[in-house]
Amino acid sequence: MAEQQRIDEATGTRTVGHEWDGIEELDTPMPRWWLWTFYLTIAWAAVYVVLYPAWPMVNSATRGVIGWSSRGQLEQELAADATRRAPVVNAIAASPIAELPARPELMQAAVQGGGAAFRVHCVQCHGSGGAGVQTLYPSLTDDDWLWGGDLDRIDYTITHGIRNPEHPATRTSLMPAFGRDAILDARQIADVVSHVRVISGQEKPSASSARGATLFEANCAVCHGANGEGGRQVGAPKLTDAIWLYGGDRASIAATVANPRNGVMPRWGERLDPVTIKMLAAYVYSLGGGERAPATVAAAQGQGADGQP
Amino acid sequence: MASPEDLTGGPASLYEARKGVYPKKVDGRFRRFKWLVMAVTLAIYYVTPWLRWDRGAYAPDQAVLVDLAHRRFYMFQIEIWPHEFYYVAGLLIMAGIGLFLVTSAVGRAWCGYACPQTVWTDLFQHVDRLIDGDRNAQIRLANGPWTAEKIAKRGLKYAVYLAIAFWTGGAWILYFADAPTLTQDFWTGQAAPVAYGTVAALTATTFVLGGFMREQVCIYMCPWPRIQTAMMDEKSLLVTYKEWRGEPRGSVKKAQAHPGAFGDCIDCNQCVAVCPTGIDIREGPQIGCITCALCIDACDGVMAQVGRPRGLIDYCTLDDAATEKAGGAARPVRQTLLRPRTIVYFSIWCAIGAAMLFSLGQRTRLDLAVQHDRSPLYVQLSDGHIRNSYTLKLRNMETRPRRVEVAMTGLSDAKLWSEDGARENAGQRIQMTLPADSVTRARLFVAAPGAGPARQDFTLMAWGLDGDPRGDSETIQFDRPETGQ
Repeated sequence: MAEQQRIDEATGTRTVGHEWDGIEELDTPMPRWWLWTFYLTIAWAAVYVVLYPAWPMVNSATRGVIGWSSRGQLEQELAADATRRAPVVNAIAASPIAELPARPELMQAAVQGGGAAFRVHCVQCHGSGGAGVQTLYPSLTDDDWLWGGDLDRIDYTITHGIRNPEHPATRTSLMPAFGRDAILDARQIADVVSHVRVISGQEKPSASSARGATLFEANCAVCHGANGEGGRQVGAPKLTDAIWLYGGDRASIAATVANPRNGVMPRWGERLDPVTIKMLAAYVYSLGGGERAPATVAAAQGQGADGQP
Repeated sequence: MASPEDLTGGPASLYEARKGVYPKKVDGRFRRFKWLVMAVTLAIYYVTPWLRWDRGAYAPDQAVLVDLAHRRFYMFQIEIWPHEFYYVAGLLIMAGIGLFLVTSAVGRAWCGYACPQTVWTDLFQHVDRLIDGDRNAQIRLANGPWTAEKIAKRGLKYAVYLAIAFWTGGAWILYFADAPTLTQDFWTGQAAPVAYGTVAALTATTFVLGGFMREQVCIYMCPWPRIQTAMMDEKSLLVTYKEWRGEPRGSVKKAQAHPGAFGDCIDCNQCVAVCPTGIDIREGPQIGCITCALCIDACDGVMAQVGRPRGLIDYCTLDDAATEKAGGAARPVRQTLLRPRTIVYFSIWCAIGAAMLFSLGQRTRLDLAVQHDRSPLYVQLSDGHIRNSYTLKLRNMETRPRRVEVAMTGLSDAKLWSEDGARENAGQRIQMTLPADSVTRARLFVAAPGAGPARQDFTLMAWGLDGDPRGDSETIQFDRPETGQ
């Protein structure tokens, strides 16, 4: 190659000797300052290696003399963020949950924080938007509540869970297995189903539903109410509306009567702090089905027999 | 310049030390124009953040402000929101096409007059002349030993460099926050660390790039010279040494001794002495020439002294150079500037500008955006109705709070309420108060009878209730369960 080097006439610069279809490359010298800049970057690299984690070792990298780590920085940033959020979190902790809606700035923060906690702890069953899973977990977005949909009751449900046998304060009730335990025979169950379908407006009254009405009064009304309006003290669903967790067709209702699910929810009071639960309640409340006037309702009904609000 | 003999010797140096450039003071029409451009550009840069502009109680009163923290850009009566960033994109496109226009017409005029590197280098070179004296004194000082005088002069000069650099870096941050407040905070140690960091970085770059790197930036670091070279054609104005008139070079005495044997160039080297990038224009057009035209001023002065016509070095197109070489007359400058290419560039430039002005005048300052909640798409209500949820964003881009109404059309039996309202007393419209200059986010609920098509379009509209009824609307979908499920 070297023998092809020549001096370019126009610029007076030596070529490197490469030639591609008549195109040649000039060997323009680099400016001296560029060389110094390059040495400077090498020097900086040496400093960096000493200051920061750099050399990979068997178990971890060298730590660097200033002790910086990305994990440590993350911890710092999280701590700084916790400090930043502390005033709002403390205010939420200090105010009774029923009063949150009257303080929009707190309510908004609670809904945001609750949403974040919901996405960690609740979506596995209740779905990312709280819509639940048909035949498994109830929707939290509708206007129908098993155990009550005001802030206080949601908070209680989350704290104490549903049907936690070893926890006295838990929400609990037990629907008898009318079919499995042979309390009712198949025909009687079909009659009860007819009656339930009539009061929910899905069927016209028939002889079967008339028989079912009698059976309903004897077996079901104690929890579900004389007219099937449901009973929140025991988490008995309303049977006259359009919402059916386990399905509202004949076969589904019959299956539920014969072999009820008696769904379970963990008590989050032993895992999450009260502020997080308060924020979770606010989030669930905000999904569209939240019920108002908890104070007046509570005052009128008083505490439930088992001490549940 | 290397000669063929170099090849026979040892290898040429891989690195080239910077050759000192000590441009001589010069006066002339282009120098005066450069003074003017320098005064105007520096004044714009340093003064703009201090201009005030009254926008009322809800917006800052700084005329030009890039409010990164609040995502707003203020320029006199124009306020730009992040979603209107296309105006900035439009400005950048105009700047690009403006560069095409200027380059195709007058070559590297940007480099020669308006580029910050050129303006600040020019400023620093004036400082050199003020403290060290003119070219010869500067060379003498640079080559001389480190006497007390040299140390004092260097110390003073670098202090002035540093002061200018600091002022430059300091002015930059004032575009990003309220200038008087930030200045006070800066000097009392209250400003954000990023402010000190930015000032330090820009002080350092100004000090180094303006004080020491100078023409090295243009020759080695900057991509524009390469791009601009590609945008020029044979009809673009170039600073040209008219070698057909100047060569062969000879002093006035030689020319008198041998009339007719020599050209107009008296080889006085003044064009090289005044060049801020240290090149010899007589070697022809080259990447190091920023077309600042100071060599034209220098040569014109010399030509006047020796009684020869001006313009031995002059702005000239490649076409005209060929014509003049062949003995013809150059075309008038007006013809050079007004040709299809420049007219097309100028038309595009104007069209974009006019379109942006038009759309600025037409834009509404109340904006509505709706997003349908997807999880869940719909909710079965206990009375058999279906509820859909929406996230509503209302942008009030005016600097006053506004009362607006949001209404729905297209779902006659539906009810609309917000998270603050209740279904029981819901209708088809709600009213909201929007804080000044902000985005209001609200959750909307719409409930309609369960019987109906699985998908139904309806329209949400928002308009002002306070005099300006202009508003915005968006058509969105209401979903029900698929029938048959």
